[in-house]
This record gives sequence, C-alpha cells and structure tokens, in this order.
Amino acid sequence: MRRDRLTFGMMIGIPLLQLIIFGYAINSDPKHLPTAVLLADDGPHVRTILSAMKNSGYFDLTLLASSETQARQLLARGQVQFVISIPPDFTRDLLRGDRPTVLVEADASDPAATSNALAAMKTIMNGSLRADLKGPTASLNASDGPIHLAVHGLYNPEAITQYNIIPGLMGVVLTMTMVMITSVAITRESERGTMENLLAMPTRPLEVLIGKIIPYTLVGYVQMGLILLAAYFIFDVYVTGSYLLLLAISLPFICANLGVGITFSTIARNQLQALQMSFFFFLPSLLLSGFMFPFRGMPQWAQTIGQMLPLTHYLRVVRGITLKASGLGDIVFELWPIGVFLVLSLAVGVARYRRTLD
Amino acid sequence: MNDALAIDVRGMTKRFGSLVAVDHIDLQVRQGEIHGFLGPNGSGKTTFIRMLCGLLKPDDGHGICLDHNVITQSEAIKRQVGYMTQRFSFWEDLSIRENLDFIGRMYGIAHRRQAVHDAMRRLGLENRQHQLAGSLSGGWKQRLALAACMIHRPRLLLLDEPTAGVDPVARREFWDEIHALAEEGLTFLITTHYMDEAERCHRLAFIAAGRMLTRGSLDEVVADSKLVTWAVNGPDLQKLIAPLQRQPGVEQATVFGNSLHVSGINPSEVYRAITPYQRKPYFWRQVEPSLEDVFVHLMTRKAVPQ
Repeated sequence: MRRDRLTFGMMIGIPLLQLIIFGYAINSDPKHLPTAVLLADDGPHVRTILSAMKNSGYFDLTLLASSETQARQLLARGQVQFVISIPPDFTRDLLRGDRPTVLVEADASDPAATSNALAAMKTIMNGSLRADLKGPTASLNASDGPIHLAVHGLYNPEAITQYNIIPGLMGVVLTMTMVMITSVAITRESERGTMENLLAMPTRPLEVLIGKIIPYTLVGYVQMGLILLAAYFIFDVYVTGSYLLLLAISLPFICANLGVGITFSTIARNQLQALQMSFFFFLPSLLLSGFMFPFRGMPQWAQTIGQMLPLTHYLRVVRGITLKASGLGDIVFELWPIGVFLVLSLAVGVARYRRTLD
Repeated sequence: MNDALAIDVRGMTKRFGSLVAVDHIDLQVRQGEIHGFLGPNGSGKTTFIRMLCGLLKPDDGHGICLDHNVITQSEAIKRQVGYMTQRFSFWEDLSIRENLDFIGRMYGIAHRRQAVHDAMRRLGLENRQHQLAGSLSGGWKQRLALAACMIHRPRLLLLDEPTAGVDPVARREFWDEIHALAEEGLTFLITTHYMDEAERCHRLAFIAAGRMLTRGSLDEVVADSKLVTWAVNGPDLQKLIAPLQRQPGVEQATVFGNSLHVSGINPSEVYRAITPYQRKPYFWRQVEPSLEDVFVHLMTRKAVPQ
C-alpha cells in the first residue's frame, strides 16, 4: 500500500470527496431559482407580491419578459425555472374582489427542483397582500385569499420522477461505462506486455487512441438503445423531441467520456488505478451534474464544478429533447462545453501517451 | 553474408536514474549475419535492443541501423525491423490468424491475406490458425511470435531470448529456421542464455553491467579469453572442488557430467594448482575451454568490480 500512492490517495480522497459533496454541495431544498416575470400590470400590489417572492429566498427575479413567446423560450432552454404572469387589470380585479389569476409556469421536468418553491408560493403571495389590504379592503382577505394562483407544471405536469430520471440515466450509464471501459484500455496493454509490441510497430499515438475510442462509441449507442427501449416499453417515458437529434448529440458526449477514460488510461500504471480514477470522476459527475439532486440547489462553487462536467450539459440536452421537445437551437449552447471537454481530454491523452518505454 | 553493415552503432548509452544500463556500447552487425548477444540477467541486452528499434531513447550514441539514423529516424527503422519481445506480447484473446492479420494492418502491408497465409505456412501454424494465442503452449507461442515479427518482411530481426522455456526439439527447429532465413539475407541479433545456441551464431558479443566485454566469432572469443582449461576424470570429483578453488590462479572448478573443468588465465599457475592431484585415480588432460567456461570467466572477472 505504501508503494501504491494512488490507491492510498483514493482511500483518503473518496471519503473526503463524498464528505464535501454530501455535506456542502447537496441541498434538496433549492432556493434562488431564476424566475422571469411577464407583467401586464405593474400596480403597487404587484410590486408587493414580487418583492415578497424575492424575500422568500426561493425566487430570484432575474428577467422581465417582454412577451409570452420569450417567456416560453426561457423555460424551454432552462434559463429560468419559473415564469410568473401578472394579467392586465390585475390591480382593478384585485380591488373589486374578482380574485385575479396569477399564472405561474414552472419547468417541472425535475419535480424536486420546483416542488418546495411551488408549495410556498401561495402562502407567500397571499401573505404579502394581507399587509397591503387593510381597512376597507381587508374583507378581500377571504379564506381563499385575494388572488387565484394557477400553477402550470410544464414538461412533466404530473411530476413523475421517472420522466426526469430515466432520460438522465442514459447520461449516467454512459459516463460510468464509457470512462471505465477505456480507462483500462491502455493500461491493459501495458500490463499484458502487448504495449511493447504496439510501440515497436509504426503507429501514431492519435491512431492508437482513436482506435480505442471508435469501437466503444458503438457500445455506447447499444446502451442508449437499451435504455430508450426500456424507457418506452417499461416506464412509458417517450421522447417528445427528435430521436435522431438525440442520437446525433450523444456522439460528442460519448466521445468526451471515452476521451477521459483514455486519458486516465495513459496516466494509471495498472488497471486498478485506472478504475479508481474513473470512480473519482464518476462520483462528482453523478452528484454534481443535477442527476440526483437539483443543480440549482447547489452552492456556486459546486455549480461551477458541475458546469465543467460533460454529464451536466448532456443531462440538460437529454431532458430537453425528451421532455421539452427541444430542437437544436434550444440546446446548442450546451454542446460547446462538451466539445471543449472532449478536445481537452484527448489532448491530455495524446500528450501523456508514451511513444517509448522510457 | 556480405560486408555491408545492417547495424553500425557506437557509444550507445542509456541511463535509468543513476543506473547506467547500457554504457557506451559499439556494435557492428553485417547483413545476413546471425549475431549472438550474451550477458547475464540485467546486463543491458534488452535495453540495448529496445534502443535499436526506437522503444527507448538513447541518452548518448550515434550510428546507422538499416541505412537510417538510429537516433532520429526510429520510425523508419521500425518499419524494417522485426522485434520479438522477451515476454510473449501478442494479444492472447486473438487467434493466431487474427494476431497476424492485425499486425499486418498495423504495418499497412500490401496483399495482407497472402502475407498472413505465407507466414503461417512457413512456420507450420496453419492447422492452429483459429486457436487463441493465449491457449498456445510455449513452443507455439514462440512460433507465432516469430511469424508475427516477420510479417512485414523486415530486413533485421531483433530476438530477445526467443527460446526461453522452449523444449530442445522446438529450439532446434527454431534455429534451423533462423539459419534458413539468414541464408536469404535476413540479419539477426539474438540474445540468449543457452551456450549451444550461442555456438550456432556467426558472431558473438558479450556484455555485462552495460559494458561490452568481448566480440568476435566463437573461436575468436574463446581464444581472446586466454583461458586455460584442464579436465579431470575420476571418482569423487566433488571433493576436489573446494581445495582447487582455494589455489591461486584457479578461477573455476566446475563439474560437467563425469569430468571436472579447472580453468584459469595463467597456465603455469593452473598447472601448479593441479599438480598435487596428478596421480591415480585421477586422469587429467588439457581441453579447449567451452563457451560456458569463457562466459563464466568473463562474468566473474569483469562484472564483479561494478
């Protein structure tokens, strides 16, 4: 053990990593969720409601949407979690006692991210108005409250967890298996002694690395097919967007993971080390990507780490295509981080690949 | 064999940290020659061979290997060299045919099917072509390895202990094959620990602790050693060993079957040492030192002061 520093490091590193992630990063009561507001009335009571929402800590009013279309797009691209629409004549209807309807549209693709905020919403709104409506208008604070709150959970209205988990699982399975498979690819050659032969032949590093990657992309697609079939036939999760787009966009993600694996493979001295490294990569991917816990619930530093991982972006893409029928335009900005990751990991792999036995 | 040199390197040096694994070794090998490379374990044979085929970067040295610069043109050298590793290093989960085919692809050779077929026929691997390499016995693995490192028609074969763990019949066949190939113009550099194999080489080089000790043909090597060897027959030879070894001038006293070989550099000292025992029932005669005597002599004398 003393001579195998990496194993030793992992024995300390893995629990530390878990402590930090579970202890600090995970939060199942996400706050500060980005919220857009569509205002058709900006009377004083509207401002009361909005500032109460902000003060609750659950909602960050980040955007003033100019149109219904824009608001929808913000939701579709996952840039906001909620859109709150204040109807025209809100103030008039409120004071008349007509209980005007405030529409809250939530991106409910991950029920865990929105449920607490939504649960609190009604109390927040009615409570805030109670202070405003005094004297002659106090009677408006009837038992149902002065306003009517309409909540639309978009993309997953029934808040079925499977709808969120199953598509995400595709990314998780791919991350786990792709990294693991290739992480032993080069180390196995070294361990069995076949590396010496490979190096004695006129092969270039990139050729070897790509030769190791290409066959496994097919494996990745087989796994995807398996999950998609199970999703369709067993879990009733249907892809609302384009299957073709989903398959096409998975290629850079699969390659990025294979690239990480290959890079580990060029660093590790034996297969055990390679597997430990892939586990070290897999753990934060699983926990910080938004697969298990809402991404927006995590502190900023954890989100920053999460943003660097390809799984985080792939999850958004997969969930977008599966649940939101996203088109290429809605997800293209999630693709470049995956691309950058792929290029970097391969570059490290090529740089680390030893052309000699030195 | 002609006089053109397949290998002509000088001052080849490789260090691993503070250890000098190969220390300024010069080597010239003619085309079509079978050159034996001898030395104890850890003497730098494998390191030297790896430097020749570009697997290790030499720290010092220069020269030509197959008309290419051994330092700067290792990629070009790789294409013309077949390297058989000390440890079996082919893909055990591929069959013989798949291994050969894969290697053919790696070298990008033309008419690959034919080349694979020819290689298998030449080494009698056809009947086992679909057997997995991992399930082959030592002798067959070695044949596969030889077939594999010849598939791209190299001009030079570097064989690192090719016959370790192979039975005598297979070894004999292997060496017959090597002589046939050398006849066709292939050059061989072969490391071995077997003295009978060393005797089948055209020329030999001895290294120890990274240094070249002696080079030349078998006769030259034996003559160069200036070793004098006496053989004695008789009963209870084992009892003679200890007293003889204590005598000045006696380097070795080793039993070979029914006789005991006593060797040393100084003829008169050796003679003086054996004089007390030149009586019945012992029968003494001076013999030509064997290659093994020379080998042990070289190793004990020059390797030790390291």
